[in-house]
Amino acid sequence: MRGLINYFSGMFNGIISLLKGMGVTGKYFFTSPVTIVTQQYPENRKTLEMFDAFKGEVTMPHDENNEHKCTACSICQINCPNGSIEIVSRDVVNDEGKKRKELDKHLYNIGMCSFCGLCIKTCPSNALAWGQEFEHSMFTRDKFVKTLNNEGSKLMQKKGVE
Amino acid sequence: MEFNIYDFTSFTKWIDESLNAAMSPFWVMITEMAIIGVAILAFYALVGLFLVYAERKVCAFMQNRVGPNRVGPFGIFQTIADLLKLLMKELVYIKNADKLLFNIAPFIVITASFLAIAAIPFARGLHAIDFNIGIFYVVAVSSLGVIGILLAGWSSNSKYSLIGAMRSGAQIVSYELSVGLSLITMVVLAGSMQLSTIVEAQANGWFIFTGHVPAVIAFVIFLIASTAETNRGPFDLAEAESELTAGFHTEYSGIRFAFFFLAEYMNMFIVASIAATVFWGGWMPFHVPGWEGFNTVMDYIPPFIWYIGKTAVIIFILMLFKWTFPRLRIDQLLTLEWKYLLPINLFNVVLMAFIVLMGWHW
Repeated sequence: MRGLINYFSGMFNGIISLLKGMGVTGKYFFTSPVTIVTQQYPENRKTLEMFDAFKGEVTMPHDENNEHKCTACSICQINCPNGSIEIVSRDVVNDEGKKRKELDKHLYNIGMCSFCGLCIKTCPSNALAWGQEFEHSMFTRDKFVKTLNNEGSKLMQKKGVE
Repeated sequence: MEFNIYDFTSFTKWIDESLNAAMSPFWVMITEMAIIGVAILAFYALVGLFLVYAERKVCAFMQNRVGPNRVGPFGIFQTIADLLKLLMKELVYIKNADKLLFNIAPFIVITASFLAIAAIPFARGLHAIDFNIGIFYVVAVSSLGVIGILLAGWSSNSKYSLIGAMRSGAQIVSYELSVGLSLITMVVLAGSMQLSTIVEAQANGWFIFTGHVPAVIAFVIFLIASTAETNRGPFDLAEAESELTAGFHTEYSGIRFAFFFLAEYMNMFIVASIAATVFWGGWMPFHVPGWEGFNTVMDYIPPFIWYIGKTAVIIFILMLFKWTFPRLRIDQLLTLEWKYLLPINLFNVVLMAFIVLMGWHW
């Protein structure tokens, strides 16, 4: 008797769950133009906005005074598994006669980058961030090497330090 | 000649008479067979191409995608482009394959579906062969396709092909029973196996309405079993991509692969046509006894449109099955057939016979 009850209850539960599944796909089918998530890329190139979480490229944000946060500590260079970051620093002497390092060029080779994000994660001063740009194709390989800091940019001075 | 879109009888009669006036009866027969063959071939190719496109679009919409949309408006020429590509591809010959069987297997599969399409009533008077055992013929002929599948698997000299073909054989042998029994349920209700008689009997209400519960059960069982018989998902373990690369047609390339592909879609179309004819009245318009005005409005829609519409709805249901349910394991497949569908089906036949015996079916 119990077996018989199990037989029928199992059958009806199965049918109900199958109908639920068909309901989900059916709903998507009939509301399809609204729910489409794929992007028509070459056509909507002008209006396409990527998501915040999208890992397009590594960038170094600059503020309005053309100042960045990079202290040229080279932690990103050490952490990069592909060796796609090279920090070129220069020594400057400040007013008190102290020598200190300053960022000259943050060279980022996007051709070798695997977009793991270790540089961004480990940066102690949060100088790096993800950018949403993704059209990276170039005709020659050396164009993949980008200088992330702008021309003539300086280190952002923290308030109260020094 | 009078061409009437509601009744093709006069049109076909006109062709027959004008041919008879021109040549001897033997040549009339040959010419008529050729005309019907060409017409069905053209229909077959068009429907096959359209169904491949429709399946890709339906699947895309269910998965929140756009589907083919590059070739032509909304991508409607995509399948034609695919066909041209397949026609130009190389036919790869397999080492140690059984050449003869390997070559004829796709033709057996496609011939089986081609034979079945001849017995389907498309509209009033548009019916190639009206056998008095129409349903029996369709069931018999559509199960010939499995021979082609088994030959393809056996002759390919590939383990994937052989496993796929064996699975397909087990599946079709089991589910053939359910297809047959659910159709027998409806034959009991109709009292005839002739497809034209079955359609005419549904003038005052389709069998799915007049047949009460057993007709609905038979319809559901027929849909499930015919999905399995056409090797479509969720019963597509004969060609399970993730396990067997492509099952029985792994080693086929070019136009031979296209034949298998086309035959699969045409089998789906035939199965949907049979379901529409036997359960939903074929080309018969939707009639409610007593509502004269409503019935007249329904009669204005041509029978061919009714037939195509019903078939399209059933094809949509089959596609909904495929893109919703995950694939069954072989033991689940056989459990479903032998422990669920077959007992329910046998009970259902008895129930239907009882209802017909008591005269409750009108």
